[in-house]
Amino acid sequence: MSVDDPNQVKAAEILLELNDISVTHDQTPIIEHIDLTLHRGEIVTVIGPNGAGKSTLIKTALGIIRPDQGTVKRPGSLSVGYVPQTVTLDSALPLTVMRFLKLSPNTGLEDLINTLSQVGADGLLDASMHILSSGELRRILLARALLKKPDILILDEPTAGVDITGQAELYHLIQLIRDQYQCGVLLVSHDLHIVMAATDRVFCLNRHLCCSGAPEQVQEHPEYLAIFGPQAPAEIGIYRHHHDHDHNLHGDVCDHG
Amino acid sequence: MDEFLLRALIGGILVALVSAPLGCLVVWQRMAYFGSTLSHAALLGIALGLLLELDVRLTILLVSVLIALLLMVIQRFRTLSSDTILGILAHASLAFGLLALTMMPTLRVDLMAYLFGDILTINWQDIRWIAGGGILITFVLIKIWKPLLSTIIHADLAGVDGYNQERLQLVFLLLLSIAVAVSMQVVGLLLIVSLLIIPAATARMFSSSPEQMLGWAAAVGVLAVISGLGISMTLDTPAGPSIVACGSVFFFLSLIGSSVGAFGTNSR
Repeated sequence: MSVDDPNQVKAAEILLELNDISVTHDQTPIIEHIDLTLHRGEIVTVIGPNGAGKSTLIKTALGIIRPDQGTVKRPGSLSVGYVPQTVTLDSALPLTVMRFLKLSPNTGLEDLINTLSQVGADGLLDASMHILSSGELRRILLARALLKKPDILILDEPTAGVDITGQAELYHLIQLIRDQYQCGVLLVSHDLHIVMAATDRVFCLNRHLCCSGAPEQVQEHPEYLAIFGPQAPAEIGIYRHHHDHDHNLHGDVCDHG
Repeated sequence: MDEFLLRALIGGILVALVSAPLGCLVVWQRMAYFGSTLSHAALLGIALGLLLELDVRLTILLVSVLIALLLMVIQRFRTLSSDTILGILAHASLAFGLLALTMMPTLRVDLMAYLFGDILTINWQDIRWIAGGGILITFVLIKIWKPLLSTIIHADLAGVDGYNQERLQLVFLLLLSIAVAVSMQVVGLLLIVSLLIIPAATARMFSSSPEQMLGWAAAVGVLAVISGLGISMTLDTPAGPSIVACGSVFFFLSLIGSSVGAFGTNSR
């Protein structure tokens, strides 16, 4: 981890701590021996191919799945915002954006309008949930999580099905939210390009933790390259530039779980 | 008005009102097949009630709850899809119900009345059952409405908000079992699901919020009961099927109405 990263300095408070987590399903291990911590004010991204156990990891962190081994530590006083990948509403259920957001406990109308404009979804308040584009739906789900004033924000594939420009906007938004709410952000993704540029630490997951560290370090790690191939980091730098090539090579970032 | 007709009207309207919210919840969760399973299982309940000389409503409730619990347990294994399991439970309980009925030395009760309902023979005691069940169902539904709606929309999201999907689901299934048990006499076991589903489906065309849909479902259900009973009186047709037939006519009218409306908006 780079010491000069400003986010590392204020990242003292540990919001979430996974210790030696293993989850099995029907005797098949889904994730094994995962250690992961999330500090206040940092964005941690878990990347991995399909079937790597990313969603399982998130659900374990949320407390929805109980791990077969290991512990999840999360102070009970912290509020958790969860942004699922998508919501598949049955078309038989009529639902407006406002009604959907009001399902979150203790939600006032003013709060709701402010949050919607914050995520760039003004004017959608009275829209039907059924006609939203996937980008709009993602923003509404983000708004629902923000209404809880989260200390921890957990996002599952926040950009799946959103085009490249929309993805960049969403990641920018996530950074703004981190700054404003001073929360810790844990997100998983299988697309690397923009993720890498907008994140403080990366965990590369393929059932076990392959490697972890700052994005610039992880992208040169042999295990990362073995999974994602050399073409992967081509598009890094939408937010960061390529001028920081003075870091150490492979060995230092290895952090086997 | 003859008193028997008044009783039929009151009983029918009460059932329509109770069915509205439950029917919407069934439709939203694509659980129509579960409703059918409960109604099939109710025959086993009737057989048990007659054998043990208990109130059939109690034994129907007992069997329905048992089926609901069994379904939840089997679903945990997830080897078979739930519609397969429901199909097995439905027809197994139907078969056992029929077996139990034939084992009785003398069939003292008209089975047809249970299968197709006989709202015109409803008495004040029956109405008290329906009203009592309805009040209980309404009270519980008001208490769990928001959590239940949350879990239907997204179980994990609701889970993070602290709502336990499995527990809420179980409560909902219990309420559905109670509704089936108390309203069986109005339309009968074979048609009971239609009174849950048809008004809710009709209401969908006019609704933009869950609660609105519930209101419209209640209105359509009440209208179906009144017009069905009217037709039954004038044409001397069986009451239960008349009510369901009226409801389905409303449904198809609303379908036509909404597609004509959509066509009108498109051409503008």
